Amino acid sequence: MASPDYDLIIIGAGPAGMAAAAEAGQRGLRCALLDEQEEAGGQIYRAIGRTPLANEAILGEDYYHGRALLEAVEQAGVDFRPGTTVWGVEDDLSLYVSRRGVSQRLRTRRLLVATGAQERPVPFPGWTLPGVMTGGAAQILLKSSAMAPPGPIVLAGSGPLLLLIAAQLARAGVTVEALLDTTPRSNWRRAARHLAGALRNPRLLAKGLGLLREIRRAGIPHLKGVESLEAQCGDGERLTQVRYRQAGQWHETPCQTLLVHQGVVPNVQLTRALELEHDWDEAQQCWRPRLDAWGETSRSGIFVAGDSGGIAGAMAAEQSGRLSALAIAEQLDYIAASARDRLASPLRQRLAPQLAIRPFLDVLYQPARRFLVPEDDTIVCRCEEVTAGELRRIADAGCRGPNQAKAFCRAGMGPCQGRLCGLTVSQVIADQCGEPVDAVGYYHIRPPIKPLSLGELASLNDPDTPTRN
Amino acid sequence: MPNASPFERLPCRPQATVTVFVEDTPIEVSQHDSAAAAVLAAGLLPSRTTPASEAPRAPYCLMGVCFECLIEIDGAPNQQGCMIPVREGMRIRRQCGARDMHGEDHHGVA
Repeated sequence: MASPDYDLIIIGAGPAGMAAAAEAGQRGLRCALLDEQEEAGGQIYRAIGRTPLANEAILGEDYYHGRALLEAVEQAGVDFRPGTTVWGVEDDLSLYVSRRGVSQRLRTRRLLVATGAQERPVPFPGWTLPGVMTGGAAQILLKSSAMAPPGPIVLAGSGPLLLLIAAQLARAGVTVEALLDTTPRSNWRRAARHLAGALRNPRLLAKGLGLLREIRRAGIPHLKGVESLEAQCGDGERLTQVRYRQAGQWHETPCQTLLVHQGVVPNVQLTRALELEHDWDEAQQCWRPRLDAWGETSRSGIFVAGDSGGIAGAMAAEQSGRLSALAIAEQLDYIAASARDRLASPLRQRLAPQLAIRPFLDVLYQPARRFLVPEDDTIVCRCEEVTAGELRRIADAGCRGPNQAKAFCRAGMGPCQGRLCGLTVSQVIADQCGEPVDAVGYYHIRPPIKPLSLGELASLNDPDTPTRN
Repeated sequence: MPNASPFERLPCRPQATVTVFVEDTPIEVSQHDSAAAAVLAAGLLPSRTTPASEAPRAPYCLMGVCFECLIEIDGAPNQQGCMIPVREGMRIRRQCGARDMHGEDHHGVA
């Protein structure tokens, strides 16, 4: 076999991937940084190199922190490959990648997965209607296109990002009719037990309180304890009204854009396809790959950094990306173990407060049960239009997990390949069978992990030659 | 024809624009916009109907996860609109029901 093209390939150019690339480049590794998007930044620093928004106050200083990371990557001498989708990985860490319909194979000695987070699926009646989008989607449009959705706009859900989006829209002069907060009231009492940890990150706490103040000053009605949510369609084509229940009473409000959010979860599509060990995280209600202190997974040579290894936020992602890069540099004899440990020490110090506040945030913003295991008539798998009731029916008929569910009802068989229903399908089946979620498991994810034209796949007969369909 | 309320453009720094056609209606967008952003700027909601029940859908996550933004671009169906940057003269169309399996060479596998 020819020598590998790279010492390290990093998949994902968000905060973890960018920081890891900067560190690896600085230590002399031959490193490639891949991203599906045309620009580095990930979702948090989306379009950081060129955001069109004239008013920098809208996104706030934490967003523009990404500029420093981008500069560090540009100076590190790494091979940045934007617009590149990874659709398969072989046992020897060969990657199959596609760019603009052309596939090729890249070889590497080490692999770092930094594919970040996705928004947690938030199934509720009507969530498939045009006009319902995720809060993250609205933020991406702000960052990359300076675009705001048409009003009347309602925000609904739970979590710090929802508050941030409300504040950002208000700063942009966009009217938000209401913020429907579905955070269960009982979460506050449970979260209070973790306040000591949260106090170790006063900056983030202050930011959260600041957002709440901004929302109040902007005059956005912040309705707490919202128990139920429905998107309704009056014209047969798109959202026209939101219905919600608060303190037992149903209310209706006209709405053209409903932005929903229930926190973020690790994007496990690639780590699952790599057949890495994953554990169910009860506090965060999601799967996370099993990692050691350097981010190395159950398969030696494969590392995970940032939110794809467990939600801890962008500042933590940066530190964990650098930690993995240092461990890889040591494994490949670019630095000594003593240097690795010396360089890691300040990174771990910066990481500690980011991790210390997590138990508080995880408990406080744990989604209400109805968004984790929705009612029977709610669609769970959007692609194949499978409802929670159908999943319960097949569970009663003997279906014991998500992979069987594919055969029973096609859940997870559509173009998104289970990305948006996987968590809910596992949780609904577990709930119905009275089993823990980790006993029920998750979809087997198999390559190609992104849809690929057959022409492109078929023409990949010589893995060393780039091919075109 | 695009018929829903379009997304609104906030004050921008100077940036290059391109003209794309959404259901044959020309619209000027930023050269960095995704095809899905152009769909929203044009007010094309729904932007597709589902193969299973022809239910109306539109871009949902805009980060490559949900595949709700599948549209027809320059005659090729099943294009993930949020992942594809616009190009001058790009022709974007609503995708209705199951894609046509005949007479074109862009058969996707999922």
